[in-house]
Amino acid sequence: MTDWTDACATDAIDPEDVVRFDHGGRTFALYRSPDDRWYCTDGLCTHEQVHLADGLVMDHLIECPKHNGQFDYRTGQAKRAPVCVNLRTYETRVDGDRVLVRIG
Amino acid sequence: MARRDYSLLGPDAQRAVETGLAAAEWYHTDIPRAEMKALMARTDAPAIRDTAIWLGLMVAFAGIAIWLWPSWWSVPFWLAYGVLYGSASDSRWHECGHGTAFRTAWMNTAVYHLASFMIVRNPVTWRWSHARHHTDTIIVGRDPEIAAMRPPAAARMLLNFAGIPDIIAGLSRMLLNAAGRLDPEEATFVPVSEVPKVILVARIWTAIYAATIALALATQSILPLMVIGLPRLYGAWHFVLVGYLQHAGLADNVTDHRLNSRTVLMNPVSRFIYWNMNYHVEHHMFPMVPYHRLPDLHARIRHDLPAPAPSMWAAYREVLPVLLRQLRHEDAFLRRDLPPTARPYRAEFHADVSAGAPGVPAE
Repeated sequence: MTDWTDACATDAIDPEDVVRFDHGGRTFALYRSPDDRWYCTDGLCTHEQVHLADGLVMDHLIECPKHNGQFDYRTGQAKRAPVCVNLRTYETRVDGDRVLVRIG
Repeated sequence: MARRDYSLLGPDAQRAVETGLAAAEWYHTDIPRAEMKALMARTDAPAIRDTAIWLGLMVAFAGIAIWLWPSWWSVPFWLAYGVLYGSASDSRWHECGHGTAFRTAWMNTAVYHLASFMIVRNPVTWRWSHARHHTDTIIVGRDPEIAAMRPPAAARMLLNFAGIPDIIAGLSRMLLNAAGRLDPEEATFVPVSEVPKVILVARIWTAIYAATIALALATQSILPLMVIGLPRLYGAWHFVLVGYLQHAGLADNVTDHRLNSRTVLMNPVSRFIYWNMNYHVEHHMFPMVPYHRLPDLHARIRHDLPAPAPSMWAAYREVLPVLLRQLRHEDAFLRRDLPPTARPYRAEFHADVSAGAPGVPAE
């Protein structure tokens, strides 16, 4: 399935921040970067399944709130222990004042 | 309860997994996202200032002590140097391990490795050990960093004020790792992909200690070891003194840091050495908050926490009777009463603790 899913309003996320987005029994993290781009990853840390939306966004990194592991949310790449497994990422686009996510 | 088995490979470890205590969801005080973001925000300035003071004082104290050596007048300077080496390194290891002290990643990494060497904790192994401590805080059989077990190992706890059991364990582990092997318990929390890093660090450290010992032999003096290695013994007392207060005497096998962790108000010198880890409930509940914002976090959530101990002295007056009681009856513990403004403990998870029995009611 490659449909675009309406995730949230563009003003629902502050710059350099993250929100949680649940859809179809799954949970995602939706990011707004400092340069006003939107990104989406799986919502749970690959280390111990903690919601990343409670974490801290610094530039293009998301830091897990439990153990401070870091990912580059643009690529999903694990950047700092204790995370070792990359996050899955999802394509996003903006349509008017809505952020859409392509959930494959 | 049957006698506790703190081995990470024993029956309590298995039971914690089976009962859902391992990797459980823990209680958090509600804080609006905007406030939490402000508290979590990173900056370099406070840790650069504190690190410059820390290392600057170490150089100054060691320089004066070496200059006065072997006079007895050097002793106070060794003692001051020792606390900065053998105790302040514990909190620097801790904060930089979390990656919260500095905003700039390489600064956290550099201080983390330096402090890890001083405190003799392999920086790779202990990163994973501490992650487990945060996942399963004081869960018997899961948490590898429980300092005050039940019943208390009184002799070991006392000897640790001089760093003796820790240094024996740390150096033994270093030599084992340098030989290319991991302890079976370490292997339960260190990923296989990280093992080569564990071994590399252990080999570098072994070389540094060997060079220091060789210099001491060549000069027929313990002076090189007074600078590198021995301060982990003669300067350990402060981190042990404050470290025992983090969890000792409180509940185990619960999923609410208000029940198993303790906040203690302390003097500014101890807080500098300890980098504010006296706000320990706050740290465990929100490990993303840098040490220099913990007093603000404390002020923000204190309505939801047990009252902090007003001093180290008051905290030990609370802890020691419980530890003595645990020598005879290991199920005894101190139950933390909550203020009326707090959300209650979740009775579905902590029925025995919430009801008070078999704990020792807090005064």
